Amino acid sequence: MSWIDIGSIDDVPLRGARKLKTRLGCVAVFRTDTEEVFAASNTCPHKGGPLAEGIVHGQSVTCPLHNWVFDLNTGQAQGEDGQIATYPVRVDAGRILIDGTALAARSAA
Amino acid sequence: MGKERLVVIGAGMASGRVLEHLTEAAPDAFDITLFNAEPRGNYNRIMLSPVLAGDQTYADIVTHDEGWYAERSIATRFGEKVLEIDREAKVVVGENGHVPYDKLIFGTGSNPFMIPLPGHDLEGVIAYRDLEDTECMMDLKAGQKCVVIGGGLLGLEAAAGMAARGVDVTVVHIMGHLMERQLDEAAGYLLRKSLEDKGITIKLQANSKEIVGEDGKVCALMLDDGTELPCELLVMAVGIRPNVALAQAAGLAVGNGIHVDDQMCTSDADVFAVGECVEHQGAIFGLVAPLYDQAKVLAQSLLGEEAAFVQKSLSTKLKVTGCDLFSAGDFADGEGREDIVFRDPSRGVYKRLVIEENRLVGAVMYGDTADGSWYFGLIRDGTDIEEMRETLIFGPAYQGGDTADPLSAVAALPLDAEICGCNGVCKGTVVEAIEGGAGDLGAVRATTKASASCGTCTGLVEQLLQVTLGDDFEMPTAQPVCGCTDHTHEDVRRLIKTMPLKSQEAVWQELGWSTRNGCHVCRPAINFYLLADWPLDYQDDPQSRFINERKHANIQKDGTFSVVPRMWGGITNPTELRAIADAADKYKVPTVKVTGGQRIDLLGVKGEDLPAIWADLNKAGLVSGHAYSKGLRTVKTCVGTDHCRFGTQDSTGLGIKLEQALWGSWTPHKVKLGVSGCPRNCAEATCKDVGIICVDSGYQVGVAGAAGMDVKETERLIDVATEAEAIDVTVAFVQLYRENAKYLDRPYKWVAKVGLDWVKERINDLDERARLIEAFELSQSIYRKDPWAEHAAEKAERYQPLADLTLEAAE
Repeated sequence: MSWIDIGSIDDVPLRGARKLKTRLGCVAVFRTDTEEVFAASNTCPHKGGPLAEGIVHGQSVTCPLHNWVFDLNTGQAQGEDGQIATYPVRVDAGRILIDGTALAARSAA
Repeated sequence: MGKERLVVIGAGMASGRVLEHLTEAAPDAFDITLFNAEPRGNYNRIMLSPVLAGDQTYADIVTHDEGWYAERSIATRFGEKVLEIDREAKVVVGENGHVPYDKLIFGTGSNPFMIPLPGHDLEGVIAYRDLEDTECMMDLKAGQKCVVIGGGLLGLEAAAGMAARGVDVTVVHIMGHLMERQLDEAAGYLLRKSLEDKGITIKLQANSKEIVGEDGKVCALMLDDGTELPCELLVMAVGIRPNVALAQAAGLAVGNGIHVDDQMCTSDADVFAVGECVEHQGAIFGLVAPLYDQAKVLAQSLLGEEAAFVQKSLSTKLKVTGCDLFSAGDFADGEGREDIVFRDPSRGVYKRLVIEENRLVGAVMYGDTADGSWYFGLIRDGTDIEEMRETLIFGPAYQGGDTADPLSAVAALPLDAEICGCNGVCKGTVVEAIEGGAGDLGAVRATTKASASCGTCTGLVEQLLQVTLGDDFEMPTAQPVCGCTDHTHEDVRRLIKTMPLKSQEAVWQELGWSTRNGCHVCRPAINFYLLADWPLDYQDDPQSRFINERKHANIQKDGTFSVVPRMWGGITNPTELRAIADAADKYKVPTVKVTGGQRIDLLGVKGEDLPAIWADLNKAGLVSGHAYSKGLRTVKTCVGTDHCRFGTQDSTGLGIKLEQALWGSWTPHKVKLGVSGCPRNCAEATCKDVGIICVDSGYQVGVAGAAGMDVKETERLIDVATEAEAIDVTVAFVQLYRENAKYLDRPYKWVAKVGLDWVKERINDLDERARLIEAFELSQSIYRKDPWAEHAAEKAERYQPLADLTLEAAE
């Protein structure tokens, strides 16, 4: 694992998300109402909706285009046949760290 | 081999149903070839009326598409006529070659009967039979004239469908009242009155003499009393004749239709017939229910099962919106027959029951047909009604010890009672499906097709679900907000006010939400309720808003956004237009479009560029148009007295004032206004949430119009004399809507629920009006601000990526 500092937890709105640019496309970084942080693909497998723009509720996000709901722990879509890639992420002293190794491996996903 | 070869001639509703039964029961029993002269497969012909009326599209009524035939390996020969049948050789001769058969089915249907009047072959003289005829009628524009010959079921549905499109329709009927085969004179009169209210001219006892043409095209119908009715289209809907030519040429026994026995077998043991082309015991068939019965019997006969077709008495309903009529059985006067008649002229309700020897033999109802299927059941079963004779006319709710529970009537229906007329589905089929696991309306629709066409039987199907499942089925009268709670929107709104609850956390906690912090369905609703009820106490939560409102722009399908600056009352100037053009250039906006609400839409802006493009537009004095919001969108105007020779008031000025009073307010759904300077209504004010028509004497304020999922004209709320009053009334109405409506109900849906009278009462109460205006202004003191300026100045960095790893990854 190689942890990369991508910003302060306060840069992500509570119950919201920001997107993270990577060479292989955008990743969405989510912050729940209890200060948990998740990272997952920004792209809905249905019609490519930007998940960082969705409503974050509990440990889930709803795609803004057609309301597919994803579990941020597993990336599994609720009641649909679809899944998004998730990435290890942690918070250390208020900084968000993401696993660069997992990000680099995402082309295989 | 071993498979029998089955050839079917005609892809209509009856033969379609035969193929369904056959391929379901025994998918491998036959090699099937289907001929159809029309270049398409099967569609639901009885739903052409809703297509004509614009309630449905052709695609909605297709019952079997290409894929359906392909899945069942049915060889289709569409658009190919059958030339002859060689019964000796057992071969069907089509235009493109022979097909041998072991079994043959005639489903050739019927031809519309054309009265051989002089001129009947002119262009523009059509029947009402297939999709092409329907399309001809749909091509007529508002104001064009059409004459319909025939005041029966079909003719009236055609007339009503065209009248709904604004066509000037005259119905010419030879008899003394409409639908004389189904209705008595009194019901015929009520029907005539309500059709005339729809703008249809009805001419009874009218004999057509000649169709007049010009350059080979119809231009009028001449009656034998010399009346000339000009028209651009003439529809003949006077009846049908079984199409027997092919069967006759093949030497089969033919009378009015192709003779069949109880097993639908013709005079040749290997040849069958079904549908409108057959004659069974002297009768021919034009309604759908017996056709479906025949189809079932025929399928069973082909599979060697015992089955026999029995003619049943029939009931009729007219598919014309706003004309509720029902007729069943025989209602002619006769010896030994007695009538029970019920009239309520002010409600336009008429019911007549015909009784013979303590049995109900006929029923005609107009205006209130809810009990139709119950009466129909009594007629068909020959029930002895002596015991309930006194209360019979009041319907099933008043019989025996039963209470007025609507479910008891449905529970008492026999299993073969027809529930869905469109698809010929009886109660037994629905109950079987429910018992087999179809637990809600959608599942019943999917498995049985009941209520899947016109939907008028939806209530019945729901009641069957209730009767069959009992407590396991919740009647959908009280829908909870979402899966997070059992409370309805109305309950939640009431509790937020009365408890009182002033934060989302208080709502989750006090109302027992089952989730941590709601979901994408309830959060925006709760956020709105809180800010509408407690503007000073509650802090708006952007994370409980849909992306459009959170980012103050409309998200598009590719993830880009569209930006619409406000143009007060639709007025702009060269400076603003230059600023818009410059912004479009600078941010490489791919599409610049004028919206339906007279504003300019910049489509395809990148999310990151939003704060920058807003800042540029702000500099030219432009603010957010809220084109993304559940709030005031636009006030559409015409030019009023400024330029127009008809304008009666300053409609543009009023539009600007209204927009400046209402902008920035959040509402349960989007709100659109229109102000027209005169009744010519150039601003299309009569289909807006609030629409004002200026007249010489002042302002007519209409509300609850719609031009979206539903199209609806506004209803008059009030007439006022001054502009100031018009603004007051509008503001009060919007606030009343904000305080009471369910989230995502447009005003027309909300008004339909609470009733226009209730709304009028509140607005006419001057104290209440003043309170509403004050409450609105209080809310505006917090919320009337330009979100673009705020975000461009303070939150611009939130629109950028959190971090950019593209460089680091390259290292």
